[in-house]
Amino acid sequence: MKKNDVILQTVTNVVVFMIFLFSLQVFFSGHYHPGGGFIGGLMTSGAIVLLLLAYDIKTVSKIIPIDYKLLIGIGLFFAVATGAGSLLFNVPFLTHAFSHFDLPILGETSLHTAVLFDTGVYLVVIGVTMTIIQTIGEGE
Amino acid sequence: MINLLILPIIIPLFTAILLIFLTKYIVLQRWISGLSMIGTISASIILIQTVHTDGIQTLNLGSWPAPFGITLVSDMLSALLVATSSIIAFCCLIYSFRSIGEGREKFYYYSVFQFLLVGINGAFTTGDIFNLFVFFEVMLMSSYVLMVIGGTKIQLRESIKYILVNVISSALFVITVAYLYSVIGSLNMADISRKITEINQPGIVTVIAILFLIVFGLKGAIFPLYFWLPGSYYAPPAPIMALFGALLTKVGVYSILRTYTLFFYHDTGYTHQILMVLAILTILAGIIGAIAYEDIKKIIIYNIIIAVGIITFGISVMTEESLTGSVFYLIHDMLLKAAMFLLIGIIIAITGTSRLSNISGMIKRYPLLGWMFFLASLSLAGIPPFSGFVGKLLLVKSGFAAGHYIGAAVVLMSSLFVLYSVMKIFINGFWGVPKEFPNEGKVPVYMLLAPAGLLIAIGITYGIGAEFVHSYISQAAEVLKNPALYIDAVLKE
Repeated sequence: MKKNDVILQTVTNVVVFMIFLFSLQVFFSGHYHPGGGFIGGLMTSGAIVLLLLAYDIKTVSKIIPIDYKLLIGIGLFFAVATGAGSLLFNVPFLTHAFSHFDLPILGETSLHTAVLFDTGVYLVVIGVTMTIIQTIGEGE
Repeated sequence: MINLLILPIIIPLFTAILLIFLTKYIVLQRWISGLSMIGTISASIILIQTVHTDGIQTLNLGSWPAPFGITLVSDMLSALLVATSSIIAFCCLIYSFRSIGEGREKFYYYSVFQFLLVGINGAFTTGDIFNLFVFFEVMLMSSYVLMVIGGTKIQLRESIKYILVNVISSALFVITVAYLYSVIGSLNMADISRKITEINQPGIVTVIAILFLIVFGLKGAIFPLYFWLPGSYYAPPAPIMALFGALLTKVGVYSILRTYTLFFYHDTGYTHQILMVLAILTILAGIIGAIAYEDIKKIIIYNIIIAVGIITFGISVMTEESLTGSVFYLIHDMLLKAAMFLLIGIIIAITGTSRLSNISGMIKRYPLLGWMFFLASLSLAGIPPFSGFVGKLLLVKSGFAAGHYIGAAVVLMSSLFVLYSVMKIFINGFWGVPKEFPNEGKVPVYMLLAPAGLLIAIGITYGIGAEFVHSYISQAAEVLKNPALYIDAVLKE
């Protein structure tokens, strides 16, 4: 007999977006409040894992067609390139810069290159977590 | 360019990341990793020259001043070791092209290879004790992958042991750093050294010194803590084995060298005495293993342990001469051990076995391989014109001068047993009646001999040009003997 997961799947459809938004909120607040790339990435992959629980691996890879192994590479590249960017200005590796900008909708915002580094961390964490879970899930 | 000393870390790191995207294109991977390795070697050689002319180089990452941020420090010792390990990694890489097999190459082999080099070069360059831990982990995790990649039964079994031992020793490392931090309140190595001098090394710091000896002894395989090494290094294929045998234990030895000359040099009567006893026992344990086995891999593996003992003996004597000897021997041993592993890799590839009793008469069809093995053996044992001689001479001389007669005699004697153990391979394997070997003609011998030959050539140049090399080595030993030079360079006082 085939199981019917209609409640689980319907709840998942709603909750996944909430988890994802919360993870982004945690990610972007990392500089001034508890949070950052690691916990943000872990929570985003938590959302994807919930999808995996409600549906199966094939469906989820159709919804989110990402090769997570490449995501690790992209994330690492982000992080290292942010650090290596300082080589171009002949200052020590990993020297960050920040400034205040007047953006159209958000008003005065301080933008920091550390966010780029954190984006790298975020992507690597998602990539690693999902690679682990998918390979174990697909393994016989 | 102020970022020069980070280039040997950054170049392999970028390459490793790039290779993640190119796993399917094997030829491209080979070219990129080879070229980047040449870049790493050039950067490290430029670094040696810069350190030689301008003194110790430091880089405060993120522009934070010295005790507060992470500082990378390149004195002559670390610059030399970075260059040596890059050269060895290059040779192992070239050797891998023809021997490692397509299955492994498609499975992130070259990427992980570069990550291993990141960890090793980083561990040699860092000036921060916790950053040293992180680079240790980068190195160890890559080595876990390299040990298990391919997934044969023996590899799986041995990597479980290897990972277990290293996870425990890493946990102990963190605990030790935590103790040190709670006593000293700093993680910057120069700052720690200065503060230990201020409080004049009380008993608790000596306890921490012994804990560090246990941690780095587990990584570097000194006497009671070497039990994991013979089995683990037996499992992976030849180029990986060469990389491990030449580099991984030496990072542990380097860490002992660094901490025992920079941090814990006030109460040498206790700590260095223990180090000396352990060093002598390490040599003896290595000798027993090296002469006991009839398996060529095992013989060379036990030779690693002998070398670790010899180098730590030099550290424990703690005179400028003995430290010079240790550094000299360390670099020689890295080069020659790698060459030795690559050579026996070729022998095993041809004969399909590592049992000495099944091999004989190889000199008839492989004269070049035979004579290269002969040269490497003489060099390893320390026969005068070759590179093992000068380092061991300095060690023995300084041992006798400092009145440590037993240790010096054991170091002297160990040469004999090293020579016996490798000559056993040469005489039984290369002389005698030629046998039929299963893989004859299928192995690209000359392609594989080239990187080993390069290492032996560098080793011989290193021995013959000892006069020239000595000016660099003694500059390294000078910093080890006078930690004030290191501290002043980092804290800019």
